[in-house]
Amino acid sequence: MSITEEPDSRGASKISLDMGAVRNSGTGPRRGAADKAAAAVDRLARIEVQNLDFYYGAFQALKQVNISLFDRQITALIGPSGCGKSTFLRTLNRMNDLIDGTRIEGQVLLDGINVNGPNVDPAELRKRVGMVFQRPNPFPMSIFDNVAYGPRIHGMRGKKELDALVKTCLTQAALWDEVKDKLPQSALALSGGQQQRLCIARVLATRPEVVLMDEPCSALDPNSTFRIEELMEQLKSDYTIIIVTHNMQQAARVSDNTAYFLRGEMVEFGATDRIFTDPENKATEDYIRGRFG
Amino acid sequence: MGMPVTAETNIVGIQSANRARHYQEKGMFGLMTLGMLLVIVPTLYIFGSVLIGGFRQITPSFLTLPPQSGGSEGGIGPAILGTFALMIGTIVLALPLGVCAAIYLTEYARKGPIVRVIRMAIVNLAGVPSIVHGLFGLILFKLFLGGTLDRLYHNQTPIWQNRTLLWGAATLAILVLPIVITATEEALLAVPPSFREGSMGLGATRWQTIRRIILPAALPGILTGGILAVGRAAGETAPILFTAAVSFTTLSGVPHLYDPVLALPYHLYYVVTQVANAPLQLQYGIALTLLLLVFIVNLSAILLRSRLRRTRRW
Repeated sequence: MSITEEPDSRGASKISLDMGAVRNSGTGPRRGAADKAAAAVDRLARIEVQNLDFYYGAFQALKQVNISLFDRQITALIGPSGCGKSTFLRTLNRMNDLIDGTRIEGQVLLDGINVNGPNVDPAELRKRVGMVFQRPNPFPMSIFDNVAYGPRIHGMRGKKELDALVKTCLTQAALWDEVKDKLPQSALALSGGQQQRLCIARVLATRPEVVLMDEPCSALDPNSTFRIEELMEQLKSDYTIIIVTHNMQQAARVSDNTAYFLRGEMVEFGATDRIFTDPENKATEDYIRGRFG
Repeated sequence: MGMPVTAETNIVGIQSANRARHYQEKGMFGLMTLGMLLVIVPTLYIFGSVLIGGFRQITPSFLTLPPQSGGSEGGIGPAILGTFALMIGTIVLALPLGVCAAIYLTEYARKGPIVRVIRMAIVNLAGVPSIVHGLFGLILFKLFLGGTLDRLYHNQTPIWQNRTLLWGAATLAILVLPIVITATEEALLAVPPSFREGSMGLGATRWQTIRRIILPAALPGILTGGILAVGRAAGETAPILFTAAVSFTTLSGVPHLYDPVLALPYHLYYVVTQVANAPLQLQYGIALTLLLLVFIVNLSAILLRSRLRRTRRW
């Protein structure tokens, strides 16, 4: 597949690039037909997690987690510190592989494929399932090079191609207007909120299908937080987003579905509206009402 | 605050407490100053006496001409050249090897008993006396490797069984490997883990992450370690005693890898102990040249490091 121009719902022309990977081979309708088929898409599980156990050495951090993460929706993972929500997020793109002495049981299925299977290349997986971290972590290079990093490591060389992609991604991340005149400058000179949007643009540049966000706003001021939340709302039409957050208002504001974690178990999962108004589980209710956590 | 405090008791109280602590403070300050002086005075004395004894000797002809009359006259040009050649050879061998080892230890190896044992071995390697390195180089490089090469390729006229620049550099490289590895490890570990996560999270392989993110960020630190290692190698005598250094050569110009070389520390040792009528100023001149060389090398490492501290922003 080459470069294609597709009008998206916001009327802007958007360039989608496929770098020899699996972007359009996933299940379900994509992009153009998406708006018409929205209702059907709502119920399509992109990631299925079955009986997931996770261990740091002898410590069991996740216990029998079962959950379906839906295509082009925002799923919020909430729960008190140490409940395993970040660990769970990191099992979805195998970032826990980087930690020595961890062990995983059960299955994480991305479009029906077990991501821990023997034929899965973790680098390819992480290209499809990108990640935004708690603290903005731009590389010590220029703004342009930060966004172009992903495409470059996946083999994109053409200057025009890269220029177009960098512009598209910075625009998607609502950062283009602020940085368009200083692309060759160091990314470390940007403010915290700008750095985090740059990190989002950097993830978008690898054209992922799923974007994992690990407390992306916890190091940011309220204004930057607001901009990132707006941004997530826009990205939702193209990406499946899973966000870990300590901020319950944030979960209520941005997410379609919410999962509540406690002591390594997923206690309750459902539509955000229902979880926040009528939780079935007592522990969920206590947490949401602010009785602990 | 029940007790009424009169002006008198108050002042007496201050004074008595003051006196004991006052003398303690003076005494400890004096002790620390003495310690500092005991360190700094001999250092300055050594450098000063070498400087005074040798600075008249440092002339362009002394620095460029070869030794004459068995070393009691002439210059030290070939020894300077030989030392530079050994430094370059050492770093060319030690840097890639040491950096690879350090990358393995910090980036690839899983933490565990094996890595701990390897680290301990590296620390111990740094403590091995340099004469042991010299004998090791003699046996492994000159006799075994050199002997094998000569049997295979130079049966008539042995080349590699002699003292050569290559064997000297190889021996010095082993000597400085712990310095290179330790400095590189420190530089790699100073790169924030969030850079690694960021890169891997975008689907980069470990090697892409090392090559594009970690090495560029760690490069100044690695180079600083490399320069310090070269400075150490420049001043060593024992490792090149049996493997590279000679007191006299008919060769001129830049030495080949298979040439024996003159080197400043060995030449100094030779002139001081073996040349009966060598003038004192000549001996001081050699020592001063060596001191200045090592000083300049270390200074450049310090400058590079401070520059790195200024420019690093994470």
